[in-house]
Amino acid sequence: MIPINLIFIFGLVLFSIGLIAFFVKRDLITMFMAVELMLNAANLIFIGFAQAFASLEGQIIVFFVITVAAAEAAIGLAIVMLIFRQKKTVKTEDLNLMKG
Amino acid sequence: MANYFWMIPFFPALSVVLFLLFGRLMSKKYVSFQACFSVLLSFVFSLFAFIHLLSLPSSSLPLVKKLFTWILSGNFQANFSLQLDPLSSVMTLVVTGVGFLIHVYSVGYMAEDRSYTRYFTQLNLFTFAMLILVMASNIVLMFVGWEGVGLCSYLLIGFWFEKHSAANAGKKAFIVNRIGDAAFLLGIFLIFSHLGSGEFTVINQALSQHQLALPLATLIAILLFVGATGKSAQIPLYVWLPDAMEGPTPVSALIHAATMVTAGVYMVARLNHLYSFTPSAAQIVAIVGAITAVFAGTIALTQNDIKRVLAYSTISQIGYMFMGCGVGAYAAGMFHLVTHAFFKSLLFLAAGSVMHALSGELNMQKMGGLKKYLPQTYPTFLIGAIAISGIPFFSGFFSKDAILTSAYAQGNYLVWTLGIFGAVLTAFYMFRLIFLTFHGPERMDEEVKKHIHESPPVMTIPLVILAILSIVGGYIGLPAVVGKEANWFFKFLTPVISHHEEVHLSLSTEWLLILASTVVALTGIFIAYVLYLKKPSLPHQMVARFPRAYRLLVNKYYVDEAYNYIFVQPTIKGSELVYQHFDLKVIDGAVNGTATSAGFSGKIISYLHTGLIKDYALAILLGAIILLGYLLL
Repeated sequence: MIPINLIFIFGLVLFSIGLIAFFVKRDLITMFMAVELMLNAANLIFIGFAQAFASLEGQIIVFFVITVAAAEAAIGLAIVMLIFRQKKTVKTEDLNLMKG
Repeated sequence: MANYFWMIPFFPALSVVLFLLFGRLMSKKYVSFQACFSVLLSFVFSLFAFIHLLSLPSSSLPLVKKLFTWILSGNFQANFSLQLDPLSSVMTLVVTGVGFLIHVYSVGYMAEDRSYTRYFTQLNLFTFAMLILVMASNIVLMFVGWEGVGLCSYLLIGFWFEKHSAANAGKKAFIVNRIGDAAFLLGIFLIFSHLGSGEFTVINQALSQHQLALPLATLIAILLFVGATGKSAQIPLYVWLPDAMEGPTPVSALIHAATMVTAGVYMVARLNHLYSFTPSAAQIVAIVGAITAVFAGTIALTQNDIKRVLAYSTISQIGYMFMGCGVGAYAAGMFHLVTHAFFKSLLFLAAGSVMHALSGELNMQKMGGLKKYLPQTYPTFLIGAIAISGIPFFSGFFSKDAILTSAYAQGNYLVWTLGIFGAVLTAFYMFRLIFLTFHGPERMDEEVKKHIHESPPVMTIPLVILAILSIVGGYIGLPAVVGKEANWFFKFLTPVISHHEEVHLSLSTEWLLILASTVVALTGIFIAYVLYLKKPSLPHQMVARFPRAYRLLVNKYYVDEAYNYIFVQPTIKGSELVYQHFDLKVIDGAVNGTATSAGFSGKIISYLHTGLIKDYALAILLGAIILLGYLLL
């Protein structure tokens, strides 16, 4: 059995990498990958706790998250593609139509 | 069939609904038929109700038919209920009978008008409202009718609203009436707050048991009478009636002579217990009526507009009715109301026929010698004039004499003197009108003269019927000199008018009074004959002799100008000030300020929207951290 502490730390590290990548990177595709990383870090921690408390709820939630993440990836990528067709760029600083 | 008396008002109402829904699809012929037929049906029902009423013992009166509970709130209850008693029966007969004749006449008079259907819709609506007014069994429902006829009066005065003067006259009538109605409404509130009911039977009972204190009852009576001065065009609220002549002539005949303007008299007669209970209020009624009778009579002396002479004459005659009611002779006041409805609507319709013949000419100085051109209009007009002047054996004589005799018998000599003086004026201005219009040299424009024609039968037949009524109408109320029980009309009204004061005059005094009123009427006619036929130069000499008096009368005592200066202008100026300073600055400022501040704050906050995804993500992160910190700590 892998101790809960290790799992937790591993998840935290993964989440932090995702977060930092999200803020540091400037193109939408990479930022998208960072979001996926954060989601999966959360999944990992759910699994770890589910194992530690011997309960099923954590694992069920993981299935939901994976489903949502899949849907989100499909739509998100489609949006990114459409943006690229319109603007010929996926750099976030060029996309500021909502500026007030 | 008599039990269906409550249906009387609803035939015209049904007709109005049909006009509103399908009026556009109807041909002129059908519109005329439906409008007249609905009123005729009401008249037939009124007649049956009347016959039924004759056979009933007076103890079973009034017949009340409650249709539904209209307002129910706490102790306050007002029913939509109609009643039938001698008073309302007389009124329904007059309203539907005279109303029917005027509807028929209108078919001819309005034949060329573009808004034919609108005219008859409003005329039917008026008939409905007037019938509600006279048949209401409580004062609240009466007020509904009261306002309804006011609305129709406004609509019909301004019937030709493209004409600026007509639109203004309608407005004036409406506003002046509102002033009176405000007082009327206060009177109703007082009745309700102290008696808890507006039913006439309850009011009468409360008065007979002295449940109302005298000062309070007096206040109520005066407030209600102020409402009556507005509706019935008495001093000080009479100014709208002469202007109301801008409306079509049949409207003047129906609304502004025969029915609506007498609503005030009907109201006083309906509440006769109240006015008998409060002698000082009754005294005010009598004095106001008497002064109005003379005041309006003097103005009528110098007017040249044929309809305005008749309008001032109407004001004056209603003054007589109030005079009668004020001295306690309610039956005499109602009697004059009935006969006046006959001869004054006759005079108006005949004047309309004259206008019809002269392509709408109203100025009597441009008439003259019409006798030979209008062979049917002339005799009917003459009969109306004789009736109103009070020549014996015509209806006006009996009713006016009944009022004057009662005033004399009550010892109210001031009122009697004013009444006699008013009678001279009446005879004079009516025959001045006759002589200027039908006799003497022809003063028409050549163009008009070519087109003079007698009116079609649809107009002259109502004239003939009304002329007959103007003669025989008086015989329902013969004076006491004929016999003690001769006055059928007074006997008929006895169940409703409990405090009917018996006239105790010796026969010789009665004869003297009759002689006096006959002499004054003949004197008035004789003066008119001398001034306008014998020596037509005399009036001009008199004008030159008394220029000030003449100017005062021609300008109607400057009352309109005074009202304009005292009430109208300050109101307009005040409104302008309020508009400039309060409306524009405070109210508009507040409204605009709300919009401006919303826009301004939106502008400030919109700077937060950079449009960059990173900034939004950062905001989410910060939010999450803060939330987390809050949950942990």
